Order: sequence, then C-alpha cells, then structure tokens
Amino acid sequence: MHFFEFLQNVIHIFQDYWKIFLFEGVSNTLILTAISVALGTIFGSLVAFMKMSKYKIVRFLVSVYIEVIRGTPILLQLYVFYFVIPQMIPILDMTPFMWVAVALCLNSAAYVSEVIRSGIQAVDKGQTEAARSLGMSSRQTMQKIIMPQAVRNILPALGNEFIMMLKETSLASTFFLGDLMTSCLIVKGATFLTLEPLFIAGMFYLILTFPLSKLVQHFEKKLNNPHSYKNHKKSHKKEANV
Amino acid sequence: MEMIKTVDLHKSFGDLHVLTGVNETIHKGEAVSIIGPSGGGKSTFLRCLNLLEVPDQGHIFFEGEEITGKKVDIDKHRQKMGMVFQQFNVFPHLSVAENIKLAPKLLKGKSEAEATEMAKDLLNRVGLISKFDEMPGNLSGGQKQRLAIVRAMAMEPDVMLFDEPTSALDPEMVGEVLDVIKGLVKSGMTSVIVTHEMRFAREVSDRVLFIADGNIQENGTPDQVFNHPTHPRLQEFLSKVL
Repeated sequence: MHFFEFLQNVIHIFQDYWKIFLFEGVSNTLILTAISVALGTIFGSLVAFMKMSKYKIVRFLVSVYIEVIRGTPILLQLYVFYFVIPQMIPILDMTPFMWVAVALCLNSAAYVSEVIRSGIQAVDKGQTEAARSLGMSSRQTMQKIIMPQAVRNILPALGNEFIMMLKETSLASTFFLGDLMTSCLIVKGATFLTLEPLFIAGMFYLILTFPLSKLVQHFEKKLNNPHSYKNHKKSHKKEANV
Repeated sequence: MEMIKTVDLHKSFGDLHVLTGVNETIHKGEAVSIIGPSGGGKSTFLRCLNLLEVPDQGHIFFEGEEITGKKVDIDKHRQKMGMVFQQFNVFPHLSVAENIKLAPKLLKGKSEAEATEMAKDLLNRVGLISKFDEMPGNLSGGQKQRLAIVRAMAMEPDVMLFDEPTSALDPEMVGEVLDVIKGLVKSGMTSVIVTHEMRFAREVSDRVLFIADGNIQENGTPDQVFNHPTHPRLQEFLSKVL
C-alpha cells in the first residue's frame, strides 16, 4: 500500500467516523478510566491502611487480594467479572459495562494500594517519632505530618497509574463495550480497513496520554528536588508580593 | 521532687539485652548527662523515658504517675516531655513558625495569635527570628536543631530529653546548639542529655551517668565521674575519649 493512499484513507475515515471515535470511544475510555482510578484510589487507600493494620489476619487477607490481582493477567480478571461472577450472583443486576468497571476498579485498587503504602512508609521514621514525642496521637501524626509528606511520593506514581489504566481500558473492547478500541473495531467492520482505524485510535490514545505523562514528569521533577518545599513556599510569597 | 523514676527497666532487641534492670531517679530542676560507649544502652534508656521504646519489664513513673501501665494515655504525658533527636526531625513540609505552632495549637488549644506570639518569642531566644517564614530546607543543621529544641519548648514541657543532639552536626555548628541547651539548663529546665561532648557534660550537668553494658555503671557529680572514676569500664572509656 502506498503511504499516500494510507494517509488519504486515514483522512477519509476520520472525516466520516470522528464522531464515533470521539463521542463513543474517547468518552467511554475516559469514563472507564476515571471511574476505575477514582474508586481504585479510594478503595486502594483503604487497602493500603489495612495492609499496615496491627491485626495479622487483616494484613494476610489484604496480601492475598493484592497478590492475586497483581499475579494474574487483567484480561483474565475481566473474563471472571464479565462471565463468571454475574452468573454466580445473578441477583446483582448490573450491566456488562458496570462489571468491567468493577473489575478495573479492583485491579487498580491493588496497584494503587501498594503505591500509597510505599509512599507512606518512605516517610522518615523520625518524623513519626518527633510528632509522637510532642504528644500527638497516631491519628494526628498521620494526618498532619505523615500524609502531607507521603502525598509527594504518591502523586507522581498515581499519575502513572492513571496512564496505565487509560491504556488497559482498551481490554474492554474484548466485550465490545464502546471504548476507543471498540470504536476502532466498529470502523474496521464498516470500512473493511484495518490499519487506518488502528492508526486513528492510536493517535487518540497518544493525545490522551502524552499531556498526562508530561504532567507527571513535571511533578516528579518538582517533587524530587530536595529543596522543593522551600521553592514552593517562596514562589507563593513572590506571588503575594506582586 | 521526683520528676522521672525508673524501676528495674529491661529492654531487649531480639537476643540483645540492651537494658538490664535500670534504676534511676531524675529530680526536678536537675541536669543529667548520660555518657558511655556506643551500643551501651544510653539512647535506649532515654527513649524509654517517654515510651518511644516500650520496656519489656519494669516501671517508669513520671511526676508520680506510672506511665508504663496499661490504661495510660501516654500522649498526655508526652506533651510534658520534650524530646530532641540526633537527626533533628523538623517537619520539612511546614514553615519554621508552623513547626513550632502546630503542637500547641493542636494539643493545648492555643489560638493562632497566641501560638504566633510564642513562636516569635522562642525564635528570638535562639536567634532564628529572621527565619520565621522560611521552610526548614533553607536552614543549616545547627539552625534545624535549634528549631527542633524550641519546637519542643513550645509545649512548655516539664522535662527535656536530648538524644545526642550534636552528633549529626558539622563541628562548627556544635557550639550554637550546645549554647541553647546550656541556656535552657541555666533557666532551671529539668534535662536529660545523652551526649558525646564530654566537656559540655562536665560543664552543665549536676549529675553524670555512665551507661555501659545495659546499665548505669557509675553515677555522680561531674567531678566524681570525670576526675575520680572508680569503675574500670569508665576509666577505660575516659582514657579513650578525653
């Protein structure tokens, strides 16, 4: 195939089907990603604190969950939630889209929980000791001293998780759930062209992930700077003076 | 008046018996220095006094109340026991002023204005008033340690515990920190100071404890301990460090 012809096809497909790509594909991909990362972060925080629980049984159960999720392919997990669990619990009247969202959430939560846990444990132990020695409770110490510092370790990693998730939602197309890769399949069926829709979908994924990864890089650079606390504060001051 | 009293304190880390039944009483207004070889149990003993290390056996009384009991609210007692660490442990995400203001506001219900007033007063006393709005990342080691000292002072403690406060400092900064501690001692603050600065210990202490092999081997005035040591371990130790 000539490159020129390929480009022409891409342009034609884009002109004819951009609404499908944008309003179905991109929007569903973003919805799935947002749901799984948002709920994954909430649930993941919970899991992270359970992993640090003083009760052995809680730690054990949570470890099993994390190991199972991280040790099996996400596609397999999607199959389980798409086919097996709805049959086992037919009472739950949920759409396939919701089941896939649940699977992605649970997957995301396992990874996010490890990000959060390691972010918290990376804060110097001396910080806890200093806060406790002043008479702060463990809860106050966590809220006022540890978490504000842990967030700096967690945020960039969470951004990366968002990017990972955005790409992994493409697996929802296995069940034809309207995400960007599903749009790709639809257009492929309509035009009998393979490469061009793939190219367009790929461009959309890049447009979505590139700014995100730049943002993460920006944060990483800013947060890794040992004097970033001071820079941060100073820039505030300058703004106030202006 | 007895400020802190320990009865038969034992502490082990694994197979290592770090404290072997320490009995000691710190009186109100006293400045007590603790010297001794590394690994002898000095720091562990000090950290037991506010239960940063929980003793395996024995009792600790603070102002007449047992704090090693089961139903003790240790946070309440810790508010009256300031502690200064070898690694400073200032809170890097809070400004110099906020480092000082946080605990009094959170734990003693001080108003913002009261806390600010207090922070200014304390920073003035240690020559850091010009750093009021800075982030700790901008401070030198000596300045950080002086900040850590006044942070503890802001809780208006009845006793100050110093855990090798100058060991992590560059030599030229040791003096400024020792001067602050000296000032505190002179003002009558009950102080327990684990230190390697022999001259300082001799100069400021009312009493010197020599701790080696998990217990107090010698206990007396600076003159007795430094000029007329009786225990062979102490004689050997002094011959090495003086």
